[in-house]
Amino acid sequence: MDHGDYPLELPEGDRPMVRFMNVTKRYGSLTVLDNLCLDVAEGEMVTVIGPSGSGKTTVLRMLMTLETINGGIIYVDGKPLTHMERNGRLVPADERHLRKMRSSIGMCFQHFNLFPHMTALQNCMEGPVQVLGLPKAEARARSEELLEMVGMIEKKDQHPSRLSGGQQQRVAIARALAMRPKVMLFDEVTSALDPEVIGEVTNVIRRLVGEHNLTMLMVTHQMGFARDISDRVCFFYRGKIEEQGPPDQLFGNPQRERTQQFLSAVKEAD
Amino acid sequence: MSIWEFLQTYGARIIDGTLVTAAQFVLATLVAVTAALAAALGKLSRNLAVRGLAVTYIELFRGTSLLVQLYWIFFVLPLFGITLDKFTAGFLSVGLNIGAYGAEIVRGAIQAVPKGQWEAAYALSMSPARRMRRIILPQALVLMLPPWGNLLIELLKGTALVSLISVADLMFQAKQINASTFLSAQAFGTALVVYYLLARFLITPAMRRLERVMAQRLGRA
Repeated sequence: MDHGDYPLELPEGDRPMVRFMNVTKRYGSLTVLDNLCLDVAEGEMVTVIGPSGSGKTTVLRMLMTLETINGGIIYVDGKPLTHMERNGRLVPADERHLRKMRSSIGMCFQHFNLFPHMTALQNCMEGPVQVLGLPKAEARARSEELLEMVGMIEKKDQHPSRLSGGQQQRVAIARALAMRPKVMLFDEVTSALDPEVIGEVTNVIRRLVGEHNLTMLMVTHQMGFARDISDRVCFFYRGKIEEQGPPDQLFGNPQRERTQQFLSAVKEAD
Repeated sequence: MSIWEFLQTYGARIIDGTLVTAAQFVLATLVAVTAALAAALGKLSRNLAVRGLAVTYIELFRGTSLLVQLYWIFFVLPLFGITLDKFTAGFLSVGLNIGAYGAEIVRGAIQAVPKGQWEAAYALSMSPARRMRRIILPQALVLMLPPWGNLLIELLKGTALVSLISVADLMFQAKQINASTFLSAQAFGTALVVYYLLARFLITPAMRRLERVMAQRLGRA
């Protein structure tokens, strides 16, 4: 299907917060994602699991538009993300369209990527002040509220180099939330952390799920955590969704052989 | 004539020359930093014309002799209707020449900022210009300071060439004194020491201090 044939906007009543339609991603001759179709409903928490190289991180990076796609289309809140309308047809999005669209998406990274030349508070205020154009006082109030929520208000004037990994990741979550995104992406946010501080980050995400109506997409290797908080779990294998379902079903009674193999391998490693 | 007698007699002229050298150094540094930054950003630009311009500048000024560039700017440009006084031609030549080396330092530092920083700024919907100005350049600055310290010492020594278009700098005064007195050892010896003192006790400590301040702003110190 040519991208001109996709709808300019998803119809009312069929507007998931995120929709991947036939999305294909290739690196040279390697197909990382193969005709991916995935909907995420508003307020839903979807976790992506799978062996390394299965394309799970690529899913998040495409949604953040850090990676371009080679085929298909992605919609966010009913509007095309990877494409834009020109003369009644969809064409690949330009930099301005991408920038506007991705402001409704927030992302947390495996290695936090806090800005080292700014304090925790300045990290959180940077987006609201520089991008959203909020007055400083308002951005500060919003940032302090979020730092309070992630339990980092006492460290707000510290630079990232003075913070532990878990603390940095909590600040990074507050920084992403300060932009008031509709969709939050968590890309292996606990993978670079020491075991004893993983809990402080997962607890923050747990609270987000409980208290906010955020749509969330998470890639993780922590199966227990995924099982606890997800509405749905997708098992990726070789660029496709091999199996998906509610966590109790997918973890408790996986149907596909690949899923069973993966889950038992993970269990052994634990 | 002892060195003390020499300094008593010619000290004032040496000091005059040193002040001119200092002025040439400061102005050439401003030119070099500005040119280096512009050329580095130009070389990283996606626009082919901008990139071409930056590469041409770097190749031209890094690939040819500073002395020839100085003579070009002072003696040849007037043939094309651009006449600069010798003082301006002096610091401009030195600045543009050093700036071409500096451009590669700036480019290297920008590219050495971890990719995750670009991605985090991108994820906050920052425009390319804002990403560069607010996130990348402040971090690149810290990385590029040590090589710039080196380059500025090179620049200081390069300013001695402006004496060849009769800018009355330290080297010019030393040559004048030598020509009228034949006190070569004293004249050029003093110039040698003054250049060394400027580099060792002004430029190096100033750059060290700047490095410390910048490291503190990164919360590293």
